[in-house]
Order: sequence, then structure tokens, then C-alpha cells
Amino acid sequence: MPSAIEVRGLVKEYGPVRAVRGISFAVPEGSVFAFLGPNGAGKTTTTEILEGLRRPSQGEVRVLGRDPWTEGRALHFETGVIPQDFHFFEKITAREAVEYYSALFHVRPKADDLLARVALTDKADARFDTLSGGQKQKLGLALALVNDPRICFLDEPTTGLDPHARRAIWEVIRKLREEGRTVFLTTHYLEEAQLLADRVAIIHRGQIIAEGSPGEIIQAHGGPARLVVAGGPAVAEFFRGREGVAPTVRDGQVEVPIRSKEEGLGYLDALRSSGIPWGGFTVERDTLEDVFVRLVGRMDDGVLKSEGAA
Amino acid sequence: MNGRRIAADLKITARGYLRNPVALFFALVFPLILILLFGLIFSGGSAGPVTIYTQNFDHQSPASQAFLSALNNTSAVRIQLVPASVGNLSTYLGQNGYAVGLVVPAGFASNYSHGVPVHVTLFTNPQAASSAGIALGAVQGVANAFNLAIACPPLKDCQLISIANQNVGSNVYTYIDYLIPGLIGFSILTSPMFSMVDVTSSYRKEGLFRQLSLTPLTRAEWLTSRILWYILLTFLSAAIMLGIGLGVFGAHVTVSLEILPFLVLGPFFFVALGMVAGSAARTPETAAVIGNIITFPMMFLTGTFFPVSEFPPALQLVARVLPLYYVIDGMNQVMLFGNLTAAGLDLLVILAASVVVFVLAIVLFRWRDE
Repeated sequence: MPSAIEVRGLVKEYGPVRAVRGISFAVPEGSVFAFLGPNGAGKTTTTEILEGLRRPSQGEVRVLGRDPWTEGRALHFETGVIPQDFHFFEKITAREAVEYYSALFHVRPKADDLLARVALTDKADARFDTLSGGQKQKLGLALALVNDPRICFLDEPTTGLDPHARRAIWEVIRKLREEGRTVFLTTHYLEEAQLLADRVAIIHRGQIIAEGSPGEIIQAHGGPARLVVAGGPAVAEFFRGREGVAPTVRDGQVEVPIRSKEEGLGYLDALRSSGIPWGGFTVERDTLEDVFVRLVGRMDDGVLKSEGAA
Repeated sequence: MNGRRIAADLKITARGYLRNPVALFFALVFPLILILLFGLIFSGGSAGPVTIYTQNFDHQSPASQAFLSALNNTSAVRIQLVPASVGNLSTYLGQNGYAVGLVVPAGFASNYSHGVPVHVTLFTNPQAASSAGIALGAVQGVANAFNLAIACPPLKDCQLISIANQNVGSNVYTYIDYLIPGLIGFSILTSPMFSMVDVTSSYRKEGLFRQLSLTPLTRAEWLTSRILWYILLTFLSAAIMLGIGLGVFGAHVTVSLEILPFLVLGPFFFVALGMVAGSAARTPETAAVIGNIITFPMMFLTGTFFPVSEFPPALQLVARVLPLYYVIDGMNQVMLFGNLTAAGLDLLVILAASVVVFVLAIVLFRWRDE
């Protein structure tokens, strides 16, 4: 599959500050790519460079084969963008906003269709300053789709929204992917990335520290699966008595790492034969969030140590 | 430049503006209140002394000075000295729309002391009958007092100082006549300046310019649409003020097509200037301060509420460095004095200033950061 976005050795400096320190990645056409990172990691800077809003200091950036900084005008006919914290003219209604964008892009206005797609039909004639945060984001999404873009850049589209509004935005993103569009998404909700993205890159302090599908990243950086058994101290005692097992006890639950399904089944068999009373079991895996917290935390620790040493 | 996009932006600008009561108030209602207020306060006619524009060709002499200060002391008239360098006083009065003038000839004092008859020339305007009457009465009274003060030998005509009264053919303007171009200038200045400074800085802060930079709309198209909108508003407010001025206060100003360039270039200049001020500042708050520093001197010193010719000379010089002066003076030249040459010169000044500010606006104003 051809790449919709290609980035090689991208560096962005603001004076002495290196916000992005040489990152490379590619986004296949038609996929959802999530760019994760804590606040200030360089997510928005990178996104704005891809959108053509900022000039890269070094490195090469291609979006649909074009340089976004110098060929932005041509590119904007094929890209749709919701910037972080989307704003619009306060006294203008949602329908008027879509009509305005349609006129600028010289496309036939389909306000009803677009507003229906983002579930904003009931607010079509409400002025922007009367919309809630979620409704504003939905309008932003509708405007990003006016020109029927091949790539959508969504910079933290769900930040600050209630769960209901967030789910509505997710639905639109899934729909965009079904239609074969490429979606470049930044978020700091790990759950969102895990649910929506084909590929994920985790950026921290201007560098990509992990990249791949959510499963690959968990595989590579997550801990082993854990068997979690509901039961009292007797259950913990039972596991402690076994060779090479280090159970952890938390809130009436006993957790044991398992390396294979046979190992887990073996534990359960033994537990059943022992006659010790226990409530039930689940198997837990690291989520993307666990991996993220571990990776970012480990890096921060390392930085703190090296700063302490220096 | 794409007309369709400019039209789309003009439409959205108009909608936003018309739904903003504060902006509408300052653009249309406020100048209306001003014209009604000032018109009512000052339309009382000849309140206060009549100003006599005076050329004293005998200014070294105590006698001529005594004559003029005696006139000043009547409290019915006020002497405003005009230098000999302005040339023919009658022409000067005509050009400036003044009703009354007085020429004290050279040799006034020596003639008077040697008992030789001397004429002072009083110019009055039949259109302004009341001020003509007041001036003639005052000059006559003072001349009589001077005539009586001299010991008159018997059987001699002692009317040493006599008055030659000449009509001056100028149009005489009332306060309201000056107020109309002045207040049109006021709204040409204030409505683009206040809102463009705010719009330029707050759109940048809210990321609206970045938002627009991702569409095919260009900066020049955006600026053009704003300029067109303020030209439209200016036409509207000029029409309202002319309507009130002519209809309510009976102003006699000439409404001709020659004022159109001022109603177009004026808003053009101030929209661009507002953008420069808004782009120069980092925050909307500093932008507002910069905007006010630029706007306030022009609001009062360029002939908006009072004709610049009534200002002290130093302030008249200040007025001449303020761009709005040329807009208002140009409209005065067209609407009051019918002096199209002077209006053309004013227009050239505004045109040059507009080109400079427009280029500066395009250079300073950025959609996106580096």
C-alpha cells in the first residue's frame, strides 16, 4: 500500500528548544494512524508540520507526495483538518459555516448531509457560541470533510468531551476509515488509540519511543499475561507454596504471571484439586495504557537520573 | 484573487457583523447620536461674538491696535488677526467660508493723528445678515468713539474714520455643515480601527487565521473582503448622516460624486492600518492599546467635531500629520468649498498613505507561523 504520509528525520526547533528531535514514520493510505504522547511531547508540532502550518527545521516530509510547507495550497484541497481546540466565528450557525467552507472550496454545499454525518442535525441553525464543546468539535469535523479529503488530520478531537460525545466522534472516525480515507489522529486517550488505530506511534520528548500496531506494541513492551484469582489469604498461600511463583495480592485478588495457557490451566487444575475455596478467575493483559505509562515513566526516570548525575 | 471566495467571505463577515450589537452600535448608531447631539447643541446660530478676520496693515501703530482692541472689548465681536501674507482678504474669506472681515489700511495712525480721513474696509456677507449687522454696528460704534475723541475744529468734517462696507460673495457655513464631513470621517476612522485591531489579534489568538489558511482563501482575498465590507458600512453611515444633516438641520453641503473616492479610500486605509496595529501586537490587550494610541488623537484633532481652521496654529500643524485630516479636509473641499484641486491633493496624500499601509499590512500579517 502506498504511503499517504512519509516523514524522515524530522526536526523542529523553536529557538534553542528542540520540540521534535529527528523522527521518522510512514502512514499507509487508508489506515488510521494514532500519534500518542503526553502533553508537550511534540504531537501538535508534528501534526502542524504535516498540515503545512509550520516549517520543519530539518528532515523530509511528504503528504500525498507533496511538501506541505511549499505546496500547502494544492494539498489543502485533499486534506481536512480539525486543529486542537477548534474555534469558529461566534455568530455564525453550523449550516452557514458549512456553506462558507463549501464556497471557499468551490464544492456544492451539502450542509444537511455533512451535519447528519457528525450527528449535528439538531444544531444546524444554532450559532457557534451557543454550541457545547462536543458540538463544536463535531462542526469542526464536518468542516474538515467539506472538501471530501483523502487525509484527515484530527488533533486531539475528543479532548475534554463527555463519553457520549467522544463515542460519537469515534463513530465518525470509523466511518472515515471504511470510506478508505487516511486518518492521522493525535490523542492522549490510550483507549481511543487502541480502539481506532491500525498503527500507533508513541512520541515522548520529541522522539518516537515505540511504533507498531497496538498489539505489536503491547507484545514488545508489555509484561506477561496475568491469571487473577478471587480468593482470600489461603489462595495466596497456595500459590506461594509453588516453585518459582511470585503472587501479588490486591483487594482480595491474587495475581500470578503466566507464560502460556497451559501454565494457567495447570494452576487452575491444581487450585481446584486443593479444595481451597475461591471465587473465580480472569486473565489480564497489559493495555496500551499500561505500556505507555511504563515506557514514558521509564524514560522520565532515566532522564531524572542522568540529570541528577550531571 | 477569486471573486467567488471574496463574496463568500464578505457574506460571512456581514452576517457576523450584523449579529453583533456592539459593532453595529459603534458603526451606525453612535455617529447618529453624535450628529444629533452636536447638531442640537450648536445649531443655536449666532451664539457668542461674531469673529472678524482682520488684516492690519498698520500694525506697528498704537492707534490701530487701540482701535482693534476697542472692537474686541465690545464683546459683540472678536478680532482674529490674519497675516498680510494670505493676500486678498475677500478671496481668503471666500475660500474659508468666513462671513466677516476687516482691513485696516497702512497709514491708519498717521492719517488719524493728522486729521486726514481714512477708510477701514469691512467685508460682510448678505447671507449671514445677523453677523453682518452685528459687525457693522460694532465697527461703526468704535469708529464714532475714535472720531469724537479727537478735538474737532469748528466747521470741519470730523468723520476721520469711515467705513467702506463690501459684500463678500462667499458661502457662509454653519457648524452643522462642518459636522457632516467631520462625522463621516469619524466613522471612517473608528468603525474599521476598533474592530480590525480586535479581529486581527483575537483571530490569531483563537487560531482562526490558521484555520482559514487551510482553506483556499488567501490573505489578500480576506483583506479585500474586509475592505469591501467597511466601504459598504461607510456608504451606509454617510447616507444616514447626510440624511439627518440635510433633513433635520438644513445643512447646505454639496452632495456630489466627488466625495466617493474619499468614502472608498478612507475605509481602505483604516482597515489596513487596523490590521497593521493588530498584527504588531502579541496579545489582543496590547493590540487594543496600540489601536487606541493611533485612533484617539485622530478622533479629536482632525476636524471631526470642530473645523481644524479654528484650532490654534500648533494644533493645526499636528492635524496635518494625521491621515484622517486629509480625508475630512478633502470632503470639506468637495462638500463645502467646491475646491476640487485642493480635494485632489488631499486624495493624493491618502492614496500614497494607503499604498504604504496596505503593503505593510500584507508583509506583517501572517496566516501561519514559521
